[in-house]
Amino acid sequence: MDQSSAQEFIQHLINGISLGSIYALIALGYTMVYGILQLINFAHSEVYMVGAFAAYYTGKGLGLDQHPGFGALFALLLAAVVVCSILGVTIERLAYRPLRKAPKLNILITAIGVSLLLQYSGQIIFGADPKLFPEVIKDVTVFQLGGVEVRSLDITILVVGTLVMIGLHFLVHATKIGTAMRAVSSNTMVARLMGINVDQVISFTFVIGSSLAGIASVLVGLKYPKIDPLMGMLFGIKAFVAAVLGGIGSLPGAMLGGVILGLSEEMVVGYLSSTYRDALAFGILIVILLFRPSGLLGSQTREKV
Amino acid sequence: MSEVLLEATNMKMQFGGLCAVDGFNLTLRSGELVGLIGPNGAGKTTCFNCLTSVYKPTEGVVKIRSVDTKRLRPWQISKLGMTRTFQNIRLFRDLSVLDNVIVAGLQHTRHSLLDSALRTPRHFIEEARLKERALELLAIFNLQDKAHLQSGGLPYGEQRRLEIVRALATEPRLILLDEPAAGMNHSETEELMKTIAKIRKDFHLAVLLIEHDMKLVMGICERIIVLDHGVIIAEGTPSEIQSNPTVIAAYLGTED
Repeated sequence: MDQSSAQEFIQHLINGISLGSIYALIALGYTMVYGILQLINFAHSEVYMVGAFAAYYTGKGLGLDQHPGFGALFALLLAAVVVCSILGVTIERLAYRPLRKAPKLNILITAIGVSLLLQYSGQIIFGADPKLFPEVIKDVTVFQLGGVEVRSLDITILVVGTLVMIGLHFLVHATKIGTAMRAVSSNTMVARLMGINVDQVISFTFVIGSSLAGIASVLVGLKYPKIDPLMGMLFGIKAFVAAVLGGIGSLPGAMLGGVILGLSEEMVVGYLSSTYRDALAFGILIVILLFRPSGLLGSQTREKV
Repeated sequence: MSEVLLEATNMKMQFGGLCAVDGFNLTLRSGELVGLIGPNGAGKTTCFNCLTSVYKPTEGVVKIRSVDTKRLRPWQISKLGMTRTFQNIRLFRDLSVLDNVIVAGLQHTRHSLLDSALRTPRHFIEEARLKERALELLAIFNLQDKAHLQSGGLPYGEQRRLEIVRALATEPRLILLDEPAAGMNHSETEELMKTIAKIRKDFHLAVLLIEHDMKLVMGICERIIVLDHGVIIAEGTPSEIQSNPTVIAAYLGTED
C-alpha cells in the first residue's frame, strides 16, 4: 500500500467509526427495549426523527447557528433528550402498556402503527420538505496526521458517543435501577416477585433508550444536516440491523454491531460504489439471520418451559 | 394468638374447562411450618401461583397480612413479606450469583439514582450493606465462594439453594417453597430439610412447603394439607395424615 492509499484507508476508518457510533446509539435503544419487553420497538426510529426536529426548532428559536460552540451543542442535545424521553415514555404508556398481557404480535403491530402515525403526523406538523439542521459545530480540520484530516465533527461525535456509552455501562452495572433492569430483562415475572416495580423499570428503559436516540439525532443532524419527517425510516432500520448483528438484547452487541455496520458502509462507499451502501445493511441482515440468528454477542435463546 | 400472615378463602382457579384448584382454604400464622402435599397434578403449584398473584384466582380471596392481593401491585407482595421459590428453577440466569441475591434486596435500600451518579456516602453505605448481607446469606447455604460466577452455570443443587437464598434476601416473614428438594438425592434432601428448619428458626419465618414425597415432610412439618384433583382432601398433623384412609387412597389408588 502506498502512502496516499493508506491515508485514504485511515480516513475511511475515521468516518466509519464516527458513523458507526451513531448507529450504535440508536441500536442501543432497540436492544434495551427488546431486552426488557421482547419487543422490536419500530417507533424508535420516529422518536429519533422527532429528536432531530426538537433540536432543529430549539436551534432556530434560540438562533444558535449564529453562536456555534459546545454550549449550543449542549442546548440541542438537552432539547432532543428531553423531548425524546417524554415521547418514548408516552408511547409506552399509551400504546404498549395496555397490551402488556396481549400476544407479542399485537404489540409488534401496534409499534408499526405508532411508527407510521409519527411519520405522517411529522409531515403534517413539520412539513414534508427537508430542513437544514443548525450548524452548531463548524466542521473544520482540527489537525492533520500524516496527511489524514481529523475533523471537528468526527471528534465531537466520537467523544459524545463514547461518553454516552461509558455512562450507559455505568448505569446498567453500577446502579440500583441498572441491576433491576438486568433482572427484569432476565426474568420479568420473577423480578416482580422479588419486589421490583417492573412498570417503573420499563418506563425508565424507554427514557434511556429514547434519550440515546435523541443524542444520536443531534449527531446525525450535524453530520448530514438535511432532516425530514421520514429520515428515521432508513436510518432506523439500519440501526436495527446493527442491533441484530450484535445480538439483540445485548448492549455490547449493539455497540459492536453499530461500529461494524458503520465501518462496512464507509468501506463499501469508499472502495466499491455508494450505490451499494444501503444494500449492504440488508445483505448483512440476511446473512446474520441465515447463519447466526442470535447475532455476534447474543445468547442462544432457550425455550422456556 | 400469633399474627395471620396468609389467608386464602374459597380460592378457585379454572383454566377453560379444567378446574385446577377448587375451594381452597388456608390460614397460615407467623412461625408455622406447613406442608402442602399431593400426588402429581394435584394442583399444588397452581395454589402457589394463585397465592403469589402469578395467577389471578377465578374466585375467592387471598389476603397477605390482612391485605387483599387483588388490591396489590405484584411487586408489593414481596414488600409485605411474602416470597417464594420455584419448582422449575427460575434464577436470573445471566446475572452473577451475588447479583441474583442483591436484586432481591434492592427494595430495602434507600439510595437513589442521584446518589449513585454523584457517588454520595449513602450510595457506598447502602451498596456495602446490600453486598455484605447477600454474602452472609450465601454463606448459610455454602455458596459464598461462588458469588461471582454466573448463576445459570451452577450445578443443579446449588441453583436450588441459590433460589432459597434469593428469596431470603427479600427479608420475608413467610416463604413458599415449591418442591425445594426436587431432583436431589436422599442425603442432599435430608441436608436441605435441616437447613430449612434452621433458617426458619433463625429468621423467625413461616414456611409453606410443597412436597411431592410424603415421607419427606413428615419429619419437619407441624401441619400438613393434602391436595388431590384440586381439592383439599385432608388436613392435620403428620401422624393423622399418615393414617388417613383418603390420603392413602389418593396416593396409592383404591381397589374398586
